[in-house]
Amino acid sequence: MKKKWAYLLMAPGLIVIVAFLIIPILSSILPTFHDGDSLTFSSYTDFFKDSYYNQIFMRTLRISIITVVICAILGVPTAYFVSKSNKKIRGILIACTIFPLLTNSVIRSFAWITILGRNGVLNNALLTLNLIAEPKRLLYTEGAIIVGSVYLFLPLMIVSLVGVMENIEGELFEAAESLGASKIKAFFKVILPLSVPGLIVGCVLVFTGAASAYTTPQLLGGNRKMVLSTLIYQQTMTLGDWYGASVVATIMIVTSILVMGTINRLAAKLNERGV
Amino acid sequence: MKQNKGLFAFVILVYSFLFIPIIIIAATSFGSESYVAFPPRGFSLKWYHNVFTTESFIRTFKISMEVSVLATLIALALGIPGAYALTRFDFKGKTLLKNFFFSPKIVPGVVTGFVMFQFIVINLKLPIYYSLLLGLSIFEIPYAIRVIGSSLEMVDYTMEEAAMSLGASRLQTFFRVVFPNITSGIIASFMLSFISAFNNVPVTLFLSGPGISTLPITMMNYVEYNYDPTISALSVLLMLMTIGIMFVVEKTLGINNL
Repeated sequence: MKKKWAYLLMAPGLIVIVAFLIIPILSSILPTFHDGDSLTFSSYTDFFKDSYYNQIFMRTLRISIITVVICAILGVPTAYFVSKSNKKIRGILIACTIFPLLTNSVIRSFAWITILGRNGVLNNALLTLNLIAEPKRLLYTEGAIIVGSVYLFLPLMIVSLVGVMENIEGELFEAAESLGASKIKAFFKVILPLSVPGLIVGCVLVFTGAASAYTTPQLLGGNRKMVLSTLIYQQTMTLGDWYGASVVATIMIVTSILVMGTINRLAAKLNERGV
Repeated sequence: MKQNKGLFAFVILVYSFLFIPIIIIAATSFGSESYVAFPPRGFSLKWYHNVFTTESFIRTFKISMEVSVLATLIALALGIPGAYALTRFDFKGKTLLKNFFFSPKIVPGVVTGFVMFQFIVINLKLPIYYSLLLGLSIFEIPYAIRVIGSSLEMVDYTMEEAAMSLGASRLQTFFRVVFPNITSGIIASFMLSFISAFNNVPVTLFLSGPGISTLPITMMNYVEYNYDPTISALSVLLMLMTIGIMFVVEKTLGINNL
């Protein structure tokens, strides 16, 4: 009786998701594994053999990994500070972290166009200070996409970390200090290992976010520096190559699942060892 | 606890990184030059005037508001019963079904947009407007499940048991006991799902067509061909809307409890 209720309550949501997301995904990607009647992976081996496509795939991975690393380096100390602040300051800082997160990605990328453009804020500042002789091309580079992605996803990393760090007892840190550890050593030996679960959630969110973002690579990388998400759009809307777009779709889904699976398995292993 | 000076300086730098771009946008929106200049040379409100007189902004703002509100309501209607089942019942395949509910967040947005475009718009020939609505609703379901689920977990189950043992049906119990206790969660979830639907680009990108487009897509097209502070002015207006939404969330669920 009880169980019937549960399935009945979930049915509408699940039916909508299966009918309008899962079935469309299968209907797009299954044909890419068929050659007549036989199973084939040739579309995928062709994709990775093609140097242009391979380059786009590697660029997407590279941008996502660098973004994750920078977000972790900037996020860990910041989240630690936020989690140890008094209630009022913590509230303000969390609001300041969530505000960019709820701001449209077009706005946040546009801000970086203003900063990195040929006549942008940064070039003007460097020219005025006589550090460069003529404007540098900062926009439409991989660096621009990385800066934009870090800007986009750093708040997500901070929020994931604060949630975990708030629950770490302040006494642990003081105990380590009173036993002779320096502040930095106490942080790395006590706080950081206990924050690993939050760090892992943050890394998954930032990686999958950066690897699938569309707005930022489109506005800051343009057609010069394509990534998988801008490629899939170009193939569909500009080139009408839906088969090619389906191949990219499969690669994006598989990458996303593989990365999540790997990081989660790593997390489970760390838990077993009691870190 | 004594705060480390180095750490304090580091945190100031990180928040400057997060806020300086926003401040630059706000400053350029009041500039009088016909291009985005920082620091702005003169003061003018003409870019704000421009926002309200640009027909495509006004039209797509209305569409964005409409589809975001409707999609959020649909997501809540599908998500609330789902979240209730997931938090209150134990059944076979719970983890698997939970993953199904969260799949719209696992699948990259552009992939969702692409497959829905191909299947719903091209194969099923559903009008663009309904496809867009459907795409955004599906995209918001995980949000609804998560926020509602966590406020359901805060409701003491013994209250429900008490109501039911006193003769209330499960449905009565839900509307008389559970619902009043999760209204703040529902309001917060509505606000967050709404802003996330409103801001969405990857899904709506594929599900827009002649006459039907959303504000972020229009802004993106505008930015690719124009470089004047109209977008800065529009950004400031949208950020004010975001602040309003955050205020409501703070008053209902509390930003810290997200």
